[in-house]
Amino acid sequence: MDGVVQLQRQLVDYTASLFHEGFLDEQFNQLQQLQDENNPDFVVEVVSLFFEDSERLLNELAKALEQQSVDFKRIDAHVHQLKGSSSSIGAQRVQKACIAFRNYCDEQNTEGCLKCLQQVKHEYSLMKTKLETLFKLQRRVLAAGGSIPKPI
Amino acid sequence: MAAASEVLRRSLPEEVGVSNGSSSTSEELHVLAVDDSHVDRKFIEQLLKISSCKVTAVESGTRALQYLGLDGEKNSVGFNDLKVNLIMTDYSMPGMTGYELLRKIKESSAFREIPVVIMSSENILARIDRCLEEGAEEFIVKPVKLSDVKRLKDFIMRGEGEENGKRRILKRKMEDDVFSLSSQLPASDLVSSELESSTPSSTLYISTKRTKLLDRD
Repeated sequence: MDGVVQLQRQLVDYTASLFHEGFLDEQFNQLQQLQDENNPDFVVEVVSLFFEDSERLLNELAKALEQQSVDFKRIDAHVHQLKGSSSSIGAQRVQKACIAFRNYCDEQNTEGCLKCLQQVKHEYSLMKTKLETLFKLQRRVLAAGGSIPKPI
Repeated sequence: MAAASEVLRRSLPEEVGVSNGSSSTSEELHVLAVDDSHVDRKFIEQLLKISSCKVTAVESGTRALQYLGLDGEKNSVGFNDLKVNLIMTDYSMPGMTGYELLRKIKESSAFREIPVVIMSSENILARIDRCLEEGAEEFIVKPVKLSDVKRLKDFIMRGEGEENGKRRILKRKMEDDVFSLSSQLPASDLVSSELESSTPSSTLYISTKRTKLLDRD
C-alpha cells in the first residue's frame, strides 16, 4: 500500500537525518539491533529510562550550581553519569556537551559550568523531541501494517 | 539472621531484573550484571538475553554480594542453586566500586573461580592494570558490544574445566596505552596464537593473573 511505503520512507529519511546531524551515533543502531519479537519495545524502554535519568540529573545539577559553595566533585559525578547514559543510547550531542561540562568542573569554573548546563539542557531537549518524533513515526508505520527497517 | 536474609532474597526481584523465567539449562550461561545506571543495566540485560544468557541484573555491589550470599548473613539457602557463570560489573558505582566488588569475590573461596569482567566508560590504564592484577578476567570499555558478549560466552564455555593460569591477548582499540602496557609484559608470556586483528571498533583486554602481570611485590 502506498501509505505504508510512504510512511516507511519518511521514517528512514528522518532516522538518517538524525545520524547525519550528529544527534545519534552508531550506538543507537546497536540498540535497534537488540530489539526483537521477544522485546519489541526495547528501544523505547531504554530511551524512556534515559529520559528519566537525565531529567533527574539535570535537576540535581541545577540545584548543585545554585549552592553558595559549589561542590564540583558532586557535579562532576552527575555529569559523568549523564555522559555515560547518553553514550549508552547513542545520544552523541548530549554526550559531547557533557564532555565539555566536565572540563569546566575540573577547572572549578562556576560560570563555565552554568553555561555548560544550559548547553546540555538544550541538547537534551532537542534529543528528546527528536526521539519522540522518531518513535511517533515508527508507531505510524506499525499501525499502517508496515515494519520498522532494521539498521544494517 | 537466616530469616532476614531470606526476606531480603525474596524482596530482591523488585530491584533485580531476572529475565528468562524458565530455569536455566546447564548450557545456558547465568550472568550476574552489576551497574548503578538504569540505562546501562537495561542495555546489558538485553545484550545478554539476545545472546541466550540468563541474566540477573542488580544495581550495586552490595546487592550483588547479597545475591551471592556473601553479605555476611548466614543463610540456609545453598548458593549452589544460583550457579553464576560470569559476573559483569561496572567500575564506577557509588558505595562499593566494581573494583571493591571484584576483591570481595576473589577473597571468597566459594566464588573466586567465577570470572569477573569490569566495564567502564573510562579507558584509564592504571585502572585497567589494577583490575587485572586483582584477578579480573577482562576490562571492557563501554559501550559493551554483542561481540564482547559472544567472546565471553565462548571463553567460558571453552574454559570451564581448563586451568586458570592461561593468559590471552585479545582485541582492543588501538591507542598509545596499549603499546606501553604490552611492552611491560614479558614476550614469552604472550600467547601469540590468540592474537586477533583489530578493527576500529574492537576492544582489547589483556587478561592476566595478578602474580604475573608486572614485576611488583
